[in-house]
Amino acid sequence: MAEALLTKDAVFEGLAQNVAIQALRAAHPEAIENAKYDRGELTLVIAAASIRAACRTLQQAGYNFLEDVTCVDWLPAEPRFQVTYHILSHQLKERVRLHAMVASIDPSLDSITSVWPSANYYEREVWDLFGVRFNGHPGLRRIMLPEEWEGHPLRKDYPVEGYR
Amino acid sequence: MPDTPERHEMPTIPGFVETATLIQPRPEETGKDRTMVLNMGPQHPSTHGVLRVVLEIDGETVVKCVPDIGYLHTGIEKTCEAKFYQQVVPLTDRIDYLSPMTNNLCYCLAIEKLLQLEIPPRAQWMRVLLNELTRLNSHLVWLGTHAMDIGALTVFLYTFREREEILRIFEHVSGQRMMTSYFRIGGLALEPPLDFFDSVQSLIRILPEKIDEYENLLTGNPIFINRLKGVGYLSAADAIALGVTGPPLRASGVDWDLRRDMPYSSYEKFQFQVPISHDGDVWARYLVRLKEMRESVRICQQALDGMPEGPIKADAPHVVLPDREKMKTQMEALIYHFKIVTEGFQVPAGEVYQAVESPRGEMGYYAVSDGTAKPYRVHMRNPSFATLQALETMCVGRLIADVVAVIGSIDIVLGEIDR
Repeated sequence: MAEALLTKDAVFEGLAQNVAIQALRAAHPEAIENAKYDRGELTLVIAAASIRAACRTLQQAGYNFLEDVTCVDWLPAEPRFQVTYHILSHQLKERVRLHAMVASIDPSLDSITSVWPSANYYEREVWDLFGVRFNGHPGLRRIMLPEEWEGHPLRKDYPVEGYR
Repeated sequence: MPDTPERHEMPTIPGFVETATLIQPRPEETGKDRTMVLNMGPQHPSTHGVLRVVLEIDGETVVKCVPDIGYLHTGIEKTCEAKFYQQVVPLTDRIDYLSPMTNNLCYCLAIEKLLQLEIPPRAQWMRVLLNELTRLNSHLVWLGTHAMDIGALTVFLYTFREREEILRIFEHVSGQRMMTSYFRIGGLALEPPLDFFDSVQSLIRILPEKIDEYENLLTGNPIFINRLKGVGYLSAADAIALGVTGPPLRASGVDWDLRRDMPYSSYEKFQFQVPISHDGDVWARYLVRLKEMRESVRICQQALDGMPEGPIKADAPHVVLPDREKMKTQMEALIYHFKIVTEGFQVPAGEVYQAVESPRGEMGYYAVSDGTAKPYRVHMRNPSFATLQALETMCVGRLIADVVAVIGSIDIVLGEIDR
């Protein structure tokens, strides 16, 4: 397994040929906030404001398939929510992971349903279970839980046994 | 009944989204309601579990189709965060209850990647063998229920006969028919029993013949063909845009199989074809899955022929439970056993995404570790969840009866959709 590259500069140098990095650096030089190559997987931290543009760029660069959108709650760190995208290229047989960090107060982010319609359910799931809003989503409502449910269960301050 | 001014107020059922909020019926120009809203499910037999589909229909034609899910939501992802890494394995069985071994494999591979563990070849090959048996098992259930939805009741009895044999093998190797939990982080739970390979061999010897038998019942059957051909068309571009994976994606003409294109667990050592079709309809999905079953039989045969000897667990005493025999003679083994069982094992901080080709498509596990003995976050990317989004594209403009055929053809399991 390749050596882990843990800083942005090391990744840019070590993976200079990577299509995703090249495309993103060419189109949005300031969008990549951080980068990591660990256990054979590339992670790019994208500025939350430019996530939709970054996804569009990657799609045009050949990363044609959105595999997954999910979220990780890093309570009590700030920004608290790490919205995670896994994007696959059928042609390159490569995967790239994007992170967009979202602050805890009124967490919201641009929806990428206009880039990949498949993000629809994933973003509804993130809204349902984490309470992160997606601007521009065609129908952002709960998907797993009933409409009148209070709280967002996958947040870390939501105990496994329920509130006491 | 005479017209009375009072009407009984319908009690609101908690957790039940008002049908009207999902779809508003559209009045025609004349002012008379033309379309009506129909609830299919959650207890409809053809929805393979508890899927509720709200249909707006014009006569028999579907105008709009909105799946409503969540009836089986049990919060497995949240539960995982409260368990030790090794305690999550039995939970993964319960996500997709038709392919427990695939779930076990995907989770174990993800955590092994986090730990950077090397798995011995015998364990890898056993995992491949059992995964292909799982695929056969799942496809047999799909074939039986799909044909039954269409009205061909007999096939169900035939496929469940062979499925029972596979479940018997699972019980033989793991002690359980369905919730196997046979894989462990670092290898397998137990060495397979002595006559295990013989029983698998005798099963896969008869299977090609049995698949011919199903094809005899269905592939030439004009009623079955008419119900399936040209129904539920999905183009390759739509399939990719809507996140469809697995047999429905390949039936739309996209040549993509994770077993071949991003191999895991020694799949690169096996020779097999990836069947594809360019028709993109329910019939194409049927043919692709049947061919896949034949390929799975081939992979099983290769796994049996080339099964390496050696250990079934990785050499990592801090992660893998020691053998019972060693615990009786070696102090260290006893201590490690006690420590793993009582306080788990620590996994270095990091995050991984591991995807495998499940019978339904791309199954992915995204695991985040913060360096403790419990996962910080486990997320499952389930093929059925994404594929369900394509239901509307496939059903609009078709008849209600075609919705049944389409739901059967995407082979969803509600357990993994709702988690």
